[in-house]
Amino acid sequence: MDLLVAVTLFVMAVFLGVELITKVPPTLHTPLMSGSNAISGITIVGALVAAGADHRTFTTVLGFAAVTLAMINVVGGFLVTHRMLHMFRPKRRRDAPAGSGGGES
Amino acid sequence: MDDWTTLGYLAAAVLFILGLKRLSRPRTAVRGNQFGATGMLIAVVVTLADNSILSFEWIVGGLVLGAAVGALLAVRVQMTGMPELVALFNGFGGGASVLVAAASYIEASDLDTASARLSAAAALASLIGALTFTGSLIAFGKLQESLRWSGFPGMRIVSVTGAAAAVAFGILMVVDASNPLWLWLLVAVGAVLGVLVVSPIGGADMPVVIALLNSLSGMAAVAAGFVLDNSLLIIAGSLVGASGLILTQIMCVAMNRSLPAVMFSPAPSGAGGPSADDVYAGKVRSTSADDVAMLLESAERVAVVPGYGLAVAQAQHAVRDLARRLEERGTEVVFGIHPVAGRMPGHMNVLLAEAEISYEKLIEMDDINPTFEQTDVTIVLGANDVVNPVARTDPSSPIAGMPILDVDKSGVVVVIKRSLSPGFAGIPNPLFAADNSMMLFGDGREAVVGITKALQQI
Repeated sequence: MDLLVAVTLFVMAVFLGVELITKVPPTLHTPLMSGSNAISGITIVGALVAAGADHRTFTTVLGFAAVTLAMINVVGGFLVTHRMLHMFRPKRRRDAPAGSGGGES
Repeated sequence: MDDWTTLGYLAAAVLFILGLKRLSRPRTAVRGNQFGATGMLIAVVVTLADNSILSFEWIVGGLVLGAAVGALLAVRVQMTGMPELVALFNGFGGGASVLVAAASYIEASDLDTASARLSAAAALASLIGALTFTGSLIAFGKLQESLRWSGFPGMRIVSVTGAAAAVAFGILMVVDASNPLWLWLLVAVGAVLGVLVVSPIGGADMPVVIALLNSLSGMAAVAAGFVLDNSLLIIAGSLVGASGLILTQIMCVAMNRSLPAVMFSPAPSGAGGPSADDVYAGKVRSTSADDVAMLLESAERVAVVPGYGLAVAQAQHAVRDLARRLEERGTEVVFGIHPVAGRMPGHMNVLLAEAEISYEKLIEMDDINPTFEQTDVTIVLGANDVVNPVARTDPSSPIAGMPILDVDKSGVVVVIKRSLSPGFAGIPNPLFAADNSMMLFGDGREAVVGITKALQQI
């Protein structure tokens, strides 16, 4: 990839990220952070390449450690975000008296 | 890299973008997270299927080990421990980027194929990644309160020297790519810088640090993407870097401090202002759970303002019970959430959501502030600086101009707190001595349970 193409990708993606995130309600700040954190585990792609390149043992071990760390980041990040978001779902409580969950009424 | 891999990466990038978009709305957030996870799965699968992977033993080992550890951490963490876990994951992401950059640089160095671009990108990835890794571990220790060390005199000079050394080692990596020594020296300096930069920061500034480390973990992935010439790493890393920066910005605005102020002049001191004795002497009224219950019984509208103390006391379920009890009596209960309450962005919202309090009852600062005058009783639970009226009245105070929750304007303020000790800003809070305030001293959870019990007996 041409260096300028790569830089263009980078700049465009930063602008896109800013546009995507600007209006997030504070309620979702934590899940957004842990979810985007899981996405930053994309380094796993590079880690797989490093661990599988079969260059010499030392770089393979570095790659292995990178795969492990990135995988913790990815699996843990997405799972914990899912757990958190699950709590934010609107709940229908069976034990609540009828009509009490309405809010404004 | 073949065309299928490139197309797979494109699909993953699109899923990340759609996922982040959906993560910004409560109704679509669960789906958004699934989009992100699907994108990641596609990225991993097409990479494994690509011809450049020659041996799989180590890969499978790393995948299995990482998945097991990650899943274990994610399932076992308590919601109050969420800031620590997010900090830890940030660090692992940064650490992985360092290792990726190091492995690629060493390979290129051996084969004598290290271009100036590859070396420069590897230098950036090593520095940012190492800084993120150790910085996150320090943040983790601080959040767990197992680490109290906040540096030594003259630390700033060491930091500046370290930064200069980092630049020098980075240049040496580009000029002399045959010697991996420069790489390891740069990694070491980055690691030390991470420790030095994060150590002095604590308490209420933590949300800024965590958001910033989040952004840096994305930037480390971008740099690794430049090393490997990989478009997906560049795109996904940039998205995360941008979102982390925005959160950092939001947190800084909420504290009325600039990012450099948080990073380089931490720990505002309360020196010079009125002493605690001047503010509190003879004016603080202490109350009991029974008296608070009497107050609440006749209230029509009650606001609860939680702070970090809610998390420490694990009081979220007790608060939920109190709110339900009041609502059964026809009292309106709302929660006022300051953007930097707690130790990470959105900390309070997560805790209250865990206790099944509907997010519609969690009111943002700008929306709840005009309503305090119509609020009969406000319960401040483990919050201090974010309700300190000095921010409005005293321009010389360390928190002057910080947006606060105007709880002092409500009918009665009940402050549940262990003692009159100051918050992170280190200044006394005149709210505690105000005519319409009373203190309920004690553990947050026990105090709330006590109020609920007393309310039942009325």
